[in-house]
Amino acid sequence: MSVAQETPAASVKSPRSQAARRNGRWAGYTHLLMARMRELKREPEVVFWVFVFPLLLALGLGIAFRNKPGEAASVAIVAGAGAPETKAMLEGSPHHATFKIDVQNEATAQKGFRLGKYDLVIAPDGRGGFQYRYDPARTESVLARAEVDDALQAAAGRKDAVATTAVTSSAPGSRYIDFLIPGLLGMNLMNSGMWGIGFALVDMRQRKLLKRFVATPMRRGDFLLALLSSRLVLMIIEIALLLSLGIFVFHMRVLGSLFSIVLLGAAGAVTFGGLGLLTASRAQKIESVSGLMNLVMMPMWIFSGVFFSYERFPTMLQPFVKILPLTALNDALRASILEGTPLTHQWPRLLVMLLWGGISFALALRWFRWT
Amino acid sequence: MTIAVQCRDLRKTYDGKVEAVRGLSLEIQTGECFGLLGPNGAGKTTTIEILEGLLQPTSGEVSILGHTWRENKRELRELLGISLQETRLSEKLSVRETIELFASFYREPRSSDEVLEQLQLTEKADAWVGKLSGGQRQRLAVATALVCNPKILFLDEPTTGLDPQSRRQLWDIIRAFQRDGGTVLLTTHYMDEAERLCDRLAIIDHGQIIAEGSPGSLINRLGGHHVVEFAVSGNSDGAALEAWRSLPSVESVREDDGMLALHVKEPHLTIPALLAAVAMRGRELQHLSTRQASLEDVFVQLTGRHLREE
Ligand SMILES: Nc1ncnc2c1ncn2[C@@H]1O[C@H](COP(=O)(O)OP(=O)(O)OP(=O)(O)O)[C@@H](O)[C@H]1O
Ligand SMILES: [Mg+2]
Repeated sequence: MSVAQETPAASVKSPRSQAARRNGRWAGYTHLLMARMRELKREPEVVFWVFVFPLLLALGLGIAFRNKPGEAASVAIVAGAGAPETKAMLEGSPHHATFKIDVQNEATAQKGFRLGKYDLVIAPDGRGGFQYRYDPARTESVLARAEVDDALQAAAGRKDAVATTAVTSSAPGSRYIDFLIPGLLGMNLMNSGMWGIGFALVDMRQRKLLKRFVATPMRRGDFLLALLSSRLVLMIIEIALLLSLGIFVFHMRVLGSLFSIVLLGAAGAVTFGGLGLLTASRAQKIESVSGLMNLVMMPMWIFSGVFFSYERFPTMLQPFVKILPLTALNDALRASILEGTPLTHQWPRLLVMLLWGGISFALALRWFRWT
Repeated sequence: MTIAVQCRDLRKTYDGKVEAVRGLSLEIQTGECFGLLGPNGAGKTTTIEILEGLLQPTSGEVSILGHTWRENKRELRELLGISLQETRLSEKLSVRETIELFASFYREPRSSDEVLEQLQLTEKADAWVGKLSGGQRQRLAVATALVCNPKILFLDEPTTGLDPQSRRQLWDIIRAFQRDGGTVLLTTHYMDEAERLCDRLAIIDHGQIIAEGSPGSLINRLGGHHVVEFAVSGNSDGAALEAWRSLPSVESVREDDGMLALHVKEPHLTIPALLAAVAMRGRELQHLSTRQASLEDVFVQLTGRHLREE
């Protein structure tokens, strides 16, 4: 018996005699994915930039641009003959617009107008007529002129030729925050996709870890797949957080199915993962890839309609704007979230993303350097 | 004995101009611990990475365990344990997670616990890699190489920058691996490491092997096993060097940093004659010491330079 009990002790001395375990086909992939997720979780900066920062941005912009009741136009009446009468006419007009009215001397009125304190200056000519001084390039100024003119004409006895009524609308779905959240989601998928893949790869290359990995029988495809999978996991969390913020804080209405939104998110994550891979395929240093990455992302920050509609750009630029992958993603996300457009009606956008992602992947795999 | 690693007329030219390796041939037997010894920039890393299949040679043949890299890449990778000169493993993973990760790449790895114990890392198993000391990191690097139960272990400067105790710990681990039948190829620029650890070694300079053999035989080639170093007042010249050379039992002379070094077979014959000669010329002895000849002396004799410029 004592002999049998000694056997384990002896086998410790000679490790080779111990039974080896066998790894299955996907052991490498699983471990790479787990390692990546652990590293991300343990990196406070990543958690902040990927998850917290977009929420703060949405919150800040959502509050800054929340819909306010239209402000009363602010007008100055040049003091002198006819000024008190003008003021009385405006205040007593049957046309129910409200104005902030100051009576000022000429110089003060002009200065206030220049500084944006007044939208319009009214100079009574003393014979019952008025001169408006306004700036056609300033929306508020144009509006104030129209409203003041209507009020004065009505007070002087003009009758409306046609009866009209107006209904005001600021329902969820058409507010700035509704526009913003899908845009931020798209931008976040781009940022974290490019950085999450590109930065991670160059960092590992710089640390010679990629070289160390290819010195093992690790399947290279599994490595890239694991990196991409980690992006997909993060993507789901990013979508969940931003949409929850929209729904619970800003009472946003999500019309599209969650499934189609996640599918779009996945398309975005893969597209920008591909771009990140391409950007990082040869760079040896973090510094060089950072510059390259910003160069790739900059046009999309500006043109892809994250914070404001790209319709504001000249028509000439529109084809260029439309073929950017982030434009396609933002448009698709907005259509899905705000209008409930099914994915089957969005194939041109999906095609744009697919092409960008696919071509980037193909090129990246050709150029990729492990050492 | 079978041949574990073989290469013939290896050449590597970087970017068409830097000739890092120029015609290098090696044969390493199974079960041997073979060292590549050479100064900075000699081409050690380039050579070992070509043998590891990580670098494409400009020309030359490599065969590992009878296979070439072209024909059998994945199968060969299962059999080799590799530690690169400078890999920074992920700092935010624990020691155990790192070993498990590397283990997952192989078909039949060893258990992580066993590797942790062998490398004396059990205590640190749950510590993050970023929190390890230099010696512990280096042991972890070797652990990631040993986790696959390799037939050949490639180590590129495994002990550079480590304190003496950590170095000795690693030597023990390497010796244990070799005792179990493993083959080791390591590079180093520490003489004492090469002398104590390696069965055979090749001294490399400017991408070529300038001497090869067991540490003992290389030192034997110097002629004398002992080195007598001394300094005398007054200037020395070529004629004076010749005079010292003719002292009894002296095999060779060199001047080194104002000091004269004699390679000597039997110091008890040389030293009295040396003292007499100094006195006869009316010079004054300013320094005298004797020591065992080392690989450093071999290198200095072959190249006229020291291995490490400190
Ligand atoms: N990727 C590279 N591109 C260009 N030249 C290189 C490259 N890698 C190494 N070299 C050059 O090749 C020569 C040999 O370098 P190698 O790294 O093989 O030397 P080493 O013996 O390992 O030196 P060390 O002891 O410093 O590690 C050096 O002159 C080095 O500058
Ligand atoms: Mg080196």
